[in-house]
Amino acid sequence: MKYSKELSQLWNNFKDPERVKNLVQTIKKEIEDYGKSVNIMEFCGGHTHVILRNGLDELLKGYINFLHGPGCPVCVTALERVDMAIELAKTPNTIFCTYGDLMRVPGSNKLSLLKLRAEGYNIKPVSSCMETLKLALENRDKNIIFFAIGFETTAPHTAVLIKQAYDLKIKNLWIISNHILALVVLDFLLQSKEKPSIDAFIGPGHVSTITGSKVYEPIVKKYGTPIVIAGFEPLDLLQAIYMIVKQIKENRCEVEIQYTRSVTQEGNIKAKEFLNEAFVIRETFPWRGLGEIPNSAYAISPKYEFLDGEKAFKVNLHPPKENPGCLCGEVIKGLKKPTDCKLFGKVCNPQNPIGPCMVSSEGACLAYFKYRKI
Amino acid sequence: MCLAYPYKIIEIKDEWTAIAEVQGVKTEIALHLLPEPVKEGDWVLVHVGFAIKKLNPEEAEETLRYWDEILKRTQPIME
Repeated sequence: MKYSKELSQLWNNFKDPERVKNLVQTIKKEIEDYGKSVNIMEFCGGHTHVILRNGLDELLKGYINFLHGPGCPVCVTALERVDMAIELAKTPNTIFCTYGDLMRVPGSNKLSLLKLRAEGYNIKPVSSCMETLKLALENRDKNIIFFAIGFETTAPHTAVLIKQAYDLKIKNLWIISNHILALVVLDFLLQSKEKPSIDAFIGPGHVSTITGSKVYEPIVKKYGTPIVIAGFEPLDLLQAIYMIVKQIKENRCEVEIQYTRSVTQEGNIKAKEFLNEAFVIRETFPWRGLGEIPNSAYAISPKYEFLDGEKAFKVNLHPPKENPGCLCGEVIKGLKKPTDCKLFGKVCNPQNPIGPCMVSSEGACLAYFKYRKI
Repeated sequence: MCLAYPYKIIEIKDEWTAIAEVQGVKTEIALHLLPEPVKEGDWVLVHVGFAIKKLNPEEAEETLRYWDEILKRTQPIME
């Protein structure tokens, strides 16, 4: 078989329907040979969307049971942090910046950043955190607050921003770190008492591009659960599933990389240097649906304290109030499917989301709403 | 927010910035996180404004070739 030399063409082959069809057949044969279905949790919300959008769960129904994991940063951002964002955005003379997905998440009082913006507050969604540095330079008379969210994938970007703001001696930019650690929550999930039955994980492709695959080895050893790190095209996920089934059949338990075109054992060393420079690990941090998890998030390192928005701005917060009908917490843990929720598709929909899993482009509820008939 | 796409670098602006393009969409990207140098024509994986990995066509080809071999063995109809 001949292959194109052009990367974009090669990349498109990972969506090829013929290959997908053949690999689905191959996986089914392997499972029939193994004798029972396999429970796989895809950690990353991006993977959840690829699975649902391409109907991989339907193609493999009865063979693979997909459990959707906590890897959607907007979904696991604690309600008290969302409330904090909403209060901070009201600070006078301020441009409040965050990544777009957080804009529509409702806080305890049903307000969202988007609704606040409609009321006239200066709130700006950014597609790169470096935009906030430009804003700070262009608006010296204003406070710029960047509410940073995301896993190890977006944290290095914030670390670069911190370092740059420090080097340029910027005095009107503050960062609130809500960066969380995928590996810690994976460990937390595996030791939790109410966890679903998980035979193996599909590991996050872009978190692992930064962290490398080696860091998963202690977890795999500790719990005996294989992890295969996958890319984000349909063929990537099917290859990862095939690799998982092979491991289970051969009684192996390893960290394997399917997404070799992006993930290495060591990860991105430069990005890790930035992380070590700019951040320290928090003693504990709240996660939505999971509660407080020790050592699970980054705070800004004392060296860069003057940029730390949590130190510079104090807001009065009431205890967060979750909507009692919303099952996002259970969905995040993989214990419930979005369709188990009474609010799903009725009062909770993309136009009027009640919980974060219906807002985020990586949320499981949004994936079910978009790609499954209700 | 964990989504990242391959972009082709079409212009290096300075040590830390480049213009990259995918399907006609051009965007400015930051190069701080790349451990290795890049030049115009290189492909990088871009994640919220930052290049996080230089991509090699060879790696993509190798994966495809490997899997096509497996499929050939298990699915004899495949050409």
